[in-house]
Amino acid sequence: MTETTVAPPKPVVAEPDKPQKGWAGQNVPRKEDKRLLQGAGVFFDDVKRHGMGYVHFVRSPYAHARIRSVDVSKALELDGVYGTLTGDEVAILTDPFFELSVPPGADMKDYALAVGKARFVGEPVAAVVAATRDLARDAAELVEVDYDPLPPLVDARVAEDGGAPILHEEAGSNVVWEGTFDWGDFEGAVAEADHVVKIKELHFDRFSSTPLECSGCLVEYNRGTGQWTMYCNHQMPGVGAIWMAPAMRVGIDKLRFVTQDIGGGFGNKICLHPYFVACCLLARKLNRAVQWTEWRTDQHTANAHGNERWFQEIEVPVNADGTMLGFKVKAVDDCGAFPRYEPLGCIIWAQVTPGCYRWRNIRVDFTQVVTNKSPVSPNRGYSRMQHLWLTERIIDIVAAELGLDPVQVRKQNYVKHEEFPYETPNGCIYDSGDYARCLDIALDLIGYPSLEEKRVDAESRGKLLGVGIGSTLDSGTNNFGQSMILNPELQFSGNNEVATVKLDIFGEIVVTLGTVPQGQGHETTAAQVVADILGCSPDDVHVRAGHDTYWNSHAGFSGTYASQFAVTGLGAVKGATDMLAGEMKKLASVVLGCTPDDIELAGGMARMKANPEVALPFMALGAILNANNAGLPQDLDVTLNCRYVYRPPFEKPDLERKYGNLTLTYASQVHACVVEVDPDTGVYELVDYAAVDDCGNRIHPQIVEGQVHGATAQAIGAATHETFPYDEDGNLLTPNFYDYHVPHALDMPPLKTGFIESESPFTPLGAKGMGEGGGAGIHAVCAALQDALRTRGSPIVTDSCNPYHRVWSLLQDPAASRAGIEISSR
Amino acid sequence: MEASAATAVRSKTITVEVNGVEYEREVEARRLLIHFLRDDLDLTGSHIGCDTGNCGACSVLYDGLVVKSCMMLAVQADGAKVETVEGLADGNELTDLQRSFTAHHALQCGYCTPGMLMSATALLREKPHPTEDEIRKAIQGNLCRCTGYVNIVEAIRAVSQ
Repeated sequence: MTETTVAPPKPVVAEPDKPQKGWAGQNVPRKEDKRLLQGAGVFFDDVKRHGMGYVHFVRSPYAHARIRSVDVSKALELDGVYGTLTGDEVAILTDPFFELSVPPGADMKDYALAVGKARFVGEPVAAVVAATRDLARDAAELVEVDYDPLPPLVDARVAEDGGAPILHEEAGSNVVWEGTFDWGDFEGAVAEADHVVKIKELHFDRFSSTPLECSGCLVEYNRGTGQWTMYCNHQMPGVGAIWMAPAMRVGIDKLRFVTQDIGGGFGNKICLHPYFVACCLLARKLNRAVQWTEWRTDQHTANAHGNERWFQEIEVPVNADGTMLGFKVKAVDDCGAFPRYEPLGCIIWAQVTPGCYRWRNIRVDFTQVVTNKSPVSPNRGYSRMQHLWLTERIIDIVAAELGLDPVQVRKQNYVKHEEFPYETPNGCIYDSGDYARCLDIALDLIGYPSLEEKRVDAESRGKLLGVGIGSTLDSGTNNFGQSMILNPELQFSGNNEVATVKLDIFGEIVVTLGTVPQGQGHETTAAQVVADILGCSPDDVHVRAGHDTYWNSHAGFSGTYASQFAVTGLGAVKGATDMLAGEMKKLASVVLGCTPDDIELAGGMARMKANPEVALPFMALGAILNANNAGLPQDLDVTLNCRYVYRPPFEKPDLERKYGNLTLTYASQVHACVVEVDPDTGVYELVDYAAVDDCGNRIHPQIVEGQVHGATAQAIGAATHETFPYDEDGNLLTPNFYDYHVPHALDMPPLKTGFIESESPFTPLGAKGMGEGGGAGIHAVCAALQDALRTRGSPIVTDSCNPYHRVWSLLQDPAASRAGIEISSR
Repeated sequence: MEASAATAVRSKTITVEVNGVEYEREVEARRLLIHFLRDDLDLTGSHIGCDTGNCGACSVLYDGLVVKSCMMLAVQADGAKVETVEGLADGNELTDLQRSFTAHHALQCGYCTPGMLMSATALLREKPHPTEDEIRKAIQGNLCRCTGYVNIVEAIRAVSQ
């Protein structure tokens, strides 16, 4: 529409007469919505520049191949082609990205483009820039790459076998990182236990949250200053810059990340640095803005998957009364062709070592290996989800084998409400919670007491009914010191986030965040916190959309990831706003001739508590300091522009014992689901579903519930259909949304939600980070399927993803799934 | 227009009405309608999520029918009336459906939202009081990775009461 309107937009926050205990805790309308509902959001692909070129990557069709040569000459002859980039150029112009691991992982060389060798199907080998997207694609087909195919490695379990192909010769091994974690006294527990249940192997499948918006950037290079600006959807720019700048041999301030709206991230937009470096090199080489938008197939084959993990040789000591004493497991994690964010997944799981349970004796032998598959990156529930699936599988398999009730055995083994704050065997401090109460609410929501009747009813219709529970933790606000447990040389620990809050010349309150929101409503919740402190409405608070490195409102760990905004992001907002409130009172006291303690902020005014008629509107304060400051005392230390860095209270972990508090908060979720299985086909339906969430104080309950809905939908997708399987040649079999089935509106079961609020004693607002607890849905569906099939030979659900054909296999050959189960009793 | 391989027509001038405004543009024959809208007309509200017609982020109304604009060529829109998300609100005055989306928190990242709104708009024009099943069927071709559809269905249902 070209029509100009002069009507002022309606305020987003209405209902001024509503009784308020404060803005935090209320469902105020989201500030983000108005633009997004009108198609007026700005996503990176919406940004255009004069004469910009479109980047298309030439990608390897082989899972593993030596690159003999790359010839771009024919592509360059095409009219409208601006230039190319090859791996040979990248190897000259950049250094490999630094690796987080100790050797062998430390010796794996990772560049922006394949150098010498391609290690997964879809790996970028060269790049072409042209005047249009289509032309760039045409030109990419003219690039001639001479490959010498090598045998691929697609099964992590054989990565250490003698005959396995080695992906990274410099490392001399396919192992990225390995180590043993041993807490308590596992042998003692086995000696004491009445039973030991052994499970041979479980498999947590490969999938990803597949955000609807693919990755990308528009990069401009400023020749005069040597600075790059990336309009992009990177969700962790602080760390992105730490990877990119040394590799590009430039100072970190040469890299400016700008985001506004991002179409979902879920962790999948953390490891974009190889692509961004290629684009930066092209922008500099061609002296032209370049734009790269990933195609969907490229995202599935070559962006980022969630970690695939095998759990082997599991042993669980159990007492006769159902008390479990811990477990032992050998975990083999498959991180794909390059470690990138890894090996952090080798320690992140330890945030929730015993899951929701009081288990004290735990030994984990953890090995992470590379394979000829897409690299992984954090994916919603990163690494904890895999581990918590294991703990829930342990509960349900042990319960089934020993004839224990899955509800009672959980309640018996859960950390008790009165035990919080609870220290786990590896030193994590679970802050607060009441898992048993959450379970009761979930069971109530699915009508648990009448389930036996429903089971009979289902049987009368020829269906098998099953009920399953998934209890899980969403640990948030990382202590990055845990990385030192993997590599003591790393200089990372603690965490931080930044916000600035200023009072501008016309009284406008302006907030900038270091976070990089992708739909979590940060503009809205930040405004709620500011409004409560300054005594105004969220409408009066302008929170800048997105992230910009040059706002100077970020720190090393800035970003939106790992369930932490309500703690770190809002902690920074609160800190900065408290500072600003103090300065406003100080300035008002000078103007009004009293002390700062005599002043209160309310109704958009700084006023005398004793006589509210004596008041200065915020606008007056902004104008006096910024534009009319003659006569103010020289020692008045007021800027009305406050920057605060929130730093959670962490210590470095004990590296010898691999012991310490690895995150600040531990939100919890209990899901319960009911399935009906058709025994003839394995087709099943989720007929009832409940998700109960406890993330402490909720700043915006509607946003919290929205996160619960979305995370649950992703878990249901992962439990039922979403998978990234590879064939023996290393080809991904689900490279688009035809083959990779994401739940649509008709796939979703009726979803009931409940909540409790266990205030965190450790955070600025009593809130906990949340959003990643959906993994509970995977656990619940697996448990429900196993329950449904119990009258059909009691098959064991050994895989996290159970499409109909897998359920059919369990029905056909239940004994095969049980082959790995063994019980020894005293 | 006749075309052989030797004299292939590579571009064509089309006239298309988008949100009530008539545009005449020369477009490459292979240009997708979504790229024409986003890149040529700078109507970036319609999004691209999959390139294969599965996700529905590019959904627009084509002579009143919902189409996925990544599944059509721009030249096929010659003479047609196209409606996109930019045309829904009257200036700053949101439609009831848009207001219902914000009231029910039916959007998070907002990437699927334009397509979702167009599918729901078409549904409500045809059937002002749909059942929940009809609502779910109408948005079945629009994927959302944030909301689990719960609040989207509720927002559409509420506005149709």
